[in-house]
Amino acid sequence: MHDTPDPGDRGDAVCVVGAGASGLAAIKSLREQGFAVDCYERETSVGGAWNWRHDRSPIYSGTHLISSRPLTEFPDFPMPDTWPDYPHHSKVLEYLERYAKHFRLDQDIWFGMEVSSAVPAGDGKWDVTIRSTGGGSSRVQRYAAIVVANGHNWSPAAFEAPGDFTGQVIHASAYKDPARLRGRKVLVVGGGNTGCDIAVEAAQQATRVWHSTRRGYWLAPKYVFGRPADQVNDRLLRWGLPLRLRQWLYRRTVKLTSGDLTRYGLAEPDHRPYESHPIVNSQLPYYLGHGTIEPVPDVERYDGASVILTDGTKIEPDLVITATGYRPRFDFLAPELLDTDEDGRPDLHLHAFARRHPTLAVIGLLQPDSGVFPLAHWQSVAVARWLRLRVTDPERAAAVQQKESTRPVQSWSRRRVIPTQRHWFEVDHVDYLRSVEGLLNEMGSVR
Amino acid sequence: MKSDLVRFEDWTDPVPPAAREVVSRLPEDDIGHPPLLFVPGTSSPSFAEHWLGHAAGRGFSSYALSPRPGGDLRAQVHDTVQVAASLPRQAVLIGHGLGALVVARALGRYPARAAVLTAPVLSGWAVARAFSLFSRPVLPAPAGDPPVLVAGSPDDRAVKRKALDRAAAGYGGAPLLFPGMGHDLMLEEGWEEPIDAILDWLEKQLPMPGH
Ligand SMILES: Cc1cc2nc3c(=O)[nH]c(=O)nc-3n(C[C@H](O)[C@H](O)[C@H](O)COP(=O)(O)OP(=O)(O)OC[C@H]3O[C@@H](n4cnc5c(N)ncnc54)[C@H](O)[C@@H]3O)c2cc1C
Ligand SMILES: NC(=O)c1ccc[n+]([C@@H]2O[C@H](COP(=O)([O-])OP(=O)(O)OC[C@H]3O[C@@H](n4cnc5c(N)ncnc54)[C@H](OP(=O)(O)O)[C@@H]3O)[C@@H](O)[C@H]2O)c1
Repeated sequence: MHDTPDPGDRGDAVCVVGAGASGLAAIKSLREQGFAVDCYERETSVGGAWNWRHDRSPIYSGTHLISSRPLTEFPDFPMPDTWPDYPHHSKVLEYLERYAKHFRLDQDIWFGMEVSSAVPAGDGKWDVTIRSTGGGSSRVQRYAAIVVANGHNWSPAAFEAPGDFTGQVIHASAYKDPARLRGRKVLVVGGGNTGCDIAVEAAQQATRVWHSTRRGYWLAPKYVFGRPADQVNDRLLRWGLPLRLRQWLYRRTVKLTSGDLTRYGLAEPDHRPYESHPIVNSQLPYYLGHGTIEPVPDVERYDGASVILTDGTKIEPDLVITATGYRPRFDFLAPELLDTDEDGRPDLHLHAFARRHPTLAVIGLLQPDSGVFPLAHWQSVAVARWLRLRVTDPERAAAVQQKESTRPVQSWSRRRVIPTQRHWFEVDHVDYLRSVEGLLNEMGSVR
Repeated sequence: MKSDLVRFEDWTDPVPPAAREVVSRLPEDDIGHPPLLFVPGTSSPSFAEHWLGHAAGRGFSSYALSPRPGGDLRAQVHDTVQVAASLPRQAVLIGHGLGALVVARALGRYPARAAVLTAPVLSGWAVARAFSLFSRPVLPAPAGDPPVLVAGSPDDRAVKRKALDRAAAGYGGAPLLFPGMGHDLMLEEGWEEPIDAILDWLEKQLPMPGH
């Protein structure tokens, strides 16, 4: 590989885990700060979740962005301005491939290599074990730092209900093609973006569709007043309207656009707007109104060919799709390294910096009310600058760390969210970016 | 508070697309040089006359963007970044006159491989007139910290020696000077000298495969 005394010791080089959007941004920022980088990607190409060829990709054939183009693209590499507001997933992949090629990031990526363990080796160094996914060889390399960008939308969150079911149950991650729904009676469980999208696709294909959600949600349309909804929302943020007023406007806007969804039998939201991850879907109300999606409450149990719901109703789907989301997983890191609690939630400064390991950082472990890429970009810039500062000016780095430890968590993490498994890393993109900018300013010039 | 990370204007009011006129001259073989994107000012002469072909002859894929008719500074910066990002590899941005201002601004939005500001008009009346901008435009810190060269002539009557020094100092350097020439370095007699010096500088700055 490169010139270092011990082939296993990569000197000042940094290890990046994963070559999805976050990993690519990390490689680029680290290089800009002068680091040699080895990125390991267990798949055979870039793009992560957006590469539907990957076995673990959560993308189904009909996926389009829910965050609009300007709020999704990297801040220093725009998508073509002739692309639609909400590009298809194949375009997002094309974009990430072009980003990698443009900046020659693939030169630093080792494909078909999985990081199977990373352990502190003293002095801030890391011993990283890398295994070829083709089977066979594994090797250990020593790095000056490790940046984890392994994504959090590939390990399905299991759905369990008591009883036995004779029909078929699949998690949404295994759903790709609407042809699979044709002519079937389908129950979709889960009211996130995946569940709502699949319910809509089922309405177009299946003979009968039930959509089970365990609470009511604020369903945002893709367009408000002819503009992408996230752009309109950012206008409110730009004007600096306080949360209470924005919540009021949100209710008004949803009433005027999606309309009153309880009319179709959906539950009233049990939380205020902005207290759950945004669901953006203009078609769901349409199919509810046509009776082709029947909203139902939570699943209580299975009973042979039937599913019994919490209101006692008995339905007989032949296919159940559980769109119950995904869980972050860091199998290659001991939980204490990320201060991970028993529910699997790491406790990181800005959801990025390990509190007790200054040379360990995670990129992309958050859920914003915008696209993920801009946040992953600025996280990467901050991490790369931080790692550089530690080398060039340790005293200053210590001062920055001291100062950062006083930054209140509420300033960058969403204050109030519904307390379910999926919401702990919800962030408001504006508050979050302001906090990262604060950190960059402390470290010196924003680059 | 002015923020470099929170870009409300781009998010809520994106620049609408427009047909962009780009001419290119490509070398016969790809020898691994980065592509060059030339950005003229509204009143700059064409780069296509001499420089584009000359740079292609030295192995650089060369592109020149015409300013969007009636486009304000923001739209021109947008177009520059759009074209740069559409090139297969990280590009070198080279601006002339008011185009140097466009490039200086684009550097905040696109991590260029390197940048060259020739006879740069970065403030003053010409800027005010061209872009209806009456305060001195703020020049952002270049993303990714690329090498930036300022080039011009001490005998240019539009951009004085002092302005060249100031522009170069802003990027931590001194200007590359071509005495005896005027403002339109790419058109005047002796146009080879500045472009050759610029390409020499690029070859020295950027470790390129095969060098
Ligand atoms: C259906 C769906 C739609 C979405 N829509 C949007 C949207 O509209 N806008 C938006 O901004 N976001 C959207 N997202 C979120 C999406 O996850 C992010 O856009 C983005 O993919 C995150 O990139 P990442 O690099 O952090 O993770 P990923 O894309 O998951 O990439 C992680 C990479 O790491 C690799 N990897 C993991 N573990 C290892 C290991 N141990 N060793 C080596 N390699 C490893 C994986 O193979 C993968 O390539 C959507 C997500 C889903 C599920
Ligand atoms: N661009 C797009 O079109 C698009 C499409 C799909 C997904 N995405 C993104 O991908 C990420 C994952 O989305 P997702 O929809 O797959 O997952 P998600 O956001 O985690 O939503 C999971 C849904 O399932 C419910 N749920 C979880 N466990 C359950 C259980 N045991 N019983 C009943 N219901 C249960 C949740 O309810 P609670 O509300 O009670 O937690 C929630 O409604 C999100 O960031 C999302 O925005 C984007």
